[in-house]
Amino acid sequence: MAKQVSTRFVRNRLRKEKIAKLLMQLCGITITGSLFFIVGTILYKGLPYLSWEMVSQSPQGGFYIGKGGGILNAILGSLYLALASTGIATLIGVPISLYLNLYVPKDSFIARSAKLLFDVLFGIPSIVYGAIAFSIMIWLGIRASLLGGIITITLLTIPIVVRTIDELLKTVPIDLTQVTFSLGATRWEAARVVLKYIKPGIFTAILLAFGRAIGDVAGVLLTTGFSDNMPKYIDEPAATLPLAIFFQLSSPIPEVQGRAYASALVLTIIILFIVLCTHLLAAKQKKHKL
Amino acid sequence: MRFRLWKDKLVQYGSAFLLITKILVVVLIAVGLTLKSLPLLKNENLWEILSSSVWSPLRGNFGFLPFILGTVWVTVISLIIAVPLCIMASIYLVEFASDRLRKSVLPLMNVLAAIPPVLYGVWGILFVVPILRNYVAPLFGVDTTGFSVFAGGIVLAVMIFPILISIMVEVMQTVPQELKDASLSLGATQWETIVSVNLRKAKPGIIAAVVLGVSRAIGETIAVLMVCGNVPQIPKSWFDAGYPIPALIANNFGEMMSIPMYDSALMFAALLLFVIIFGFNLISRLVLNRLEDHG
Repeated sequence: MAKQVSTRFVRNRLRKEKIAKLLMQLCGITITGSLFFIVGTILYKGLPYLSWEMVSQSPQGGFYIGKGGGILNAILGSLYLALASTGIATLIGVPISLYLNLYVPKDSFIARSAKLLFDVLFGIPSIVYGAIAFSIMIWLGIRASLLGGIITITLLTIPIVVRTIDELLKTVPIDLTQVTFSLGATRWEAARVVLKYIKPGIFTAILLAFGRAIGDVAGVLLTTGFSDNMPKYIDEPAATLPLAIFFQLSSPIPEVQGRAYASALVLTIIILFIVLCTHLLAAKQKKHKL
Repeated sequence: MRFRLWKDKLVQYGSAFLLITKILVVVLIAVGLTLKSLPLLKNENLWEILSSSVWSPLRGNFGFLPFILGTVWVTVISLIIAVPLCIMASIYLVEFASDRLRKSVLPLMNVLAAIPPVLYGVWGILFVVPILRNYVAPLFGVDTTGFSVFAGGIVLAVMIFPILISIMVEVMQTVPQELKDASLSLGATQWETIVSVNLRKAKPGIIAAVVLGVSRAIGETIAVLMVCGNVPQIPKSWFDAGYPIPALIANNFGEMMSIPMYDSALMFAALLLFVIIFGFNLISRLVLNRLEDHG
């Protein structure tokens, strides 16, 4: 009798475990599935509208009321903006993280609080950066332009670069720097050895920042303006891909909305390409480590 | 020899200068936002601004309550959806999944994190909003356009999946194997061990992850703006339209210069976001750093 009760008790507990496991699997499937869902929706809606004309032409007159043309200006605008701001952010971010790891002691108050600050900055939304940059631009009398966007996005991407490189520097074996120092190298020379060691990882950091820069809307919404022209000068307003999607989508004309879907598809392809590259580089960094 | 030392010093001071500049920029943002929102704060007291629900810039009424509650609604809905899903999924990944599954799911989370907000917005408009309008709302007997805080919450939930999953997985991995073994050897099933050992041990980390998720959700502008309707009212149900703070800033910046105090009010909104998000981030990072130090 007693034995029977206890087996039923155990069976009940095991059944509970089975249900929980099933639930967990369902949750996991929902989460990973949402990714395919999003990409799938955009593919499904965007593919019929994607054409060579879309990506190879700038908008003709009346683009936003359904007349001809494409989004080349937005693609180029996005690339310029993202390339420039990622470039500047790398030039500023890499020295900062090297400084925090090699020049000041890793556990010092400065290093710890600076790293914490960058962690926190990583979460500050781009609309806040956009708002402050916008008011500074008004104060200085600069109009919305590619330059304004580049400055805003640079501020936004520096924390990404610093954080990612900081993570990478954690993987550098202590022996490597110790050996370099013991041979009489200066800190800068040691930094160069370290840099060589994490080289693939640095490209990962750059790509991450680039991905964030090319996809941002809130920051450029206020600072970059919008234009139908090809971006030629840095002090002129320029279109970016996310902004083009955003504006075209709010149009009541189905054809223009279709262009928004196609633009979204172009942006998705760019992002997926970037992710693929980071993945390959990460694999390379791992091989490097062994 | 001298030259090498000089170069070393040069790099040292150069990088220190960059670091200080970047920190100054943050200080500048904080000071600038405060200065700009001072005119509004001088005119009315802070409590008045935060608790009034009348928003009519032309008459000089700047009540932030609808926007604050709009943000709260969207954020809470997204957490209700995302937190249980992510806790369950990360337990599965850490305790049950094979190495191969784990190694293929986590990179997918990186892809999800890399998708720009505007694409989430497009997905929201194309998929979430129609589903809510045509299928979900009729179930509850509600008539809605679908552009609602519910739609905003769903889109945000998907957007915070990656950050929640990656932190939760990391936190769960720090639970010592000895503790689990002890529980299992006393006859607990694996699920019982998870509930009474893993989750309890990982609690501070899970809370920190949720707080980080909250701060991400509060600051998200475009995706939410595209799907939540943007009506300056206090949402009463999941299917009501809302108007979160970031959307307020983004929508009105162009025209703010012509109306007195408008820019000050919008800057106050930005300051509000900055302070809340800075605080949330700081708290959760401190918790996570401490966990990492112990682990």
